[in-house]
Amino acid sequence: MIRHVINITDLSRDEIDRILDRAAELEPIAHRGSSNILSGRILATLFYEPSTRTRLSFDAAMKRLGGDVIDFGPIESSSIAKGENLADTISVISGYADAIVLRHPKEGAARMASEFSSVPVINAGDGAGQHPTQTLLDLYTIRKESHLSNVKIALVGDLRYGRTVHSLAHALSLYNARIYLVSPDQLQMPDSIKGDLINSGTRITETTDIDDIIDVVDVLYLTRIQKERFPDPGEYQMVAGSYRITNETLRNVKDDLIIMHPLPRAGEIDCEVDASKHAIYFKQSFYGVPVRMAILSMVME
Amino acid sequence: MKQEEIGLRVRRIKHGTVIDHIAAGQALNVLRILGITDRSNEVVSVVMNVSDRKKDIVKIEDRELKPEEVDKIALISPDATINIIRDYEVVAKHRVILPSQIEGVVRCMNPNCITNTDEPVRPRFVIHRNDAVELHCVYCGRVISERIADFLI
Repeated sequence: MIRHVINITDLSRDEIDRILDRAAELEPIAHRGSSNILSGRILATLFYEPSTRTRLSFDAAMKRLGGDVIDFGPIESSSIAKGENLADTISVISGYADAIVLRHPKEGAARMASEFSSVPVINAGDGAGQHPTQTLLDLYTIRKESHLSNVKIALVGDLRYGRTVHSLAHALSLYNARIYLVSPDQLQMPDSIKGDLINSGTRITETTDIDDIIDVVDVLYLTRIQKERFPDPGEYQMVAGSYRITNETLRNVKDDLIIMHPLPRAGEIDCEVDASKHAIYFKQSFYGVPVRMAILSMVME
Repeated sequence: MKQEEIGLRVRRIKHGTVIDHIAAGQALNVLRILGITDRSNEVVSVVMNVSDRKKDIVKIEDRELKPEEVDKIALISPDATINIIRDYEVVAKHRVILPSQIEGVVRCMNPNCITNTDEPVRPRFVIHRNDAVELHCVYCGRVISERIADFLI
């Protein structure tokens, strides 16, 4: 029985597998279906920061399961604008709902919320910290569209600040993955995470040149390279340009390569690639629904 | 410098606690951890940089510190020893033991951590000891591994 979902590293491989199995069972319902698995249940979605796909996919997931969703609307018209702290808000809302989804700008907010909540708390992103449901939907996508065990995967782009790739790398270390880290020098994966990966027996290779690895991997996982990471706009243009994926870049890749991206993209993938069989990123985004359905059903059953 | 000469510097105490083998220069931080301030009533003697700058000593009269109070000292001085004194005699002597978790002693170094806000939550860390002492924030995951004394509350 899973209670809170705060950090991907709290979950064992067995627990992750059970969530992914459940998501696979529920996927047909996620495709324009409906069910009464959580009918009569209420989910509170507390978003202290803007979010489009995470919020909507939680909403969609709960409604496909026959449950209801409440939220506090725009922050400006809520009690938060009157200065209520998160702990009090959680204590109150956990009396109204059967589970809480929280996105908050402070790291550790979800962990703290779980200590004040009488119902399960699901972390939908805390500052630069954790976003475990993104990692779970990434794993589901890899399992469904490629394979998880012994997968050869390249993580490309901003590996220094990107929380998505940090959590994903940790989770992949449970599946004996071969991980290629592809980034400009100034955006390399932090040593602490590389250390964790090596200690877990994961084989990693670092490079700055995507062409070194693109033809050998099963999965290409791209992330946004943000302009504000570069003091010089010219340097940004040059670096970002060197990681841009086009049909030309994909000329010699494995036939069954899949390309993933947490979206929104900022020019990392040319639109011409969308039509290729390798492009999985919109499906990946859809898989957020069955994976979140699985999590919701498992914490509220 | 021999023990008797230190004895000359600070007289023996009748009752109380002597914390010996504190890492040189850390005595004032030990007082901070123990919550001894200018408003405290205890008679406290502090000796710093004795035995050729190798250690500090703190003597607190008429107060016997409990293990849970003193073990926090291990954060900044893992080799410190605690001597409980009654009638000028050492009746108990032990080394500080690094606890596995600490709460409310050190603040998180991450300014964006939820524990550095107005929320009613005390900073809590899981302690790992490899070569050095490492504090892992239970909330945001940030690790403090150097200059722990700088983050004492």
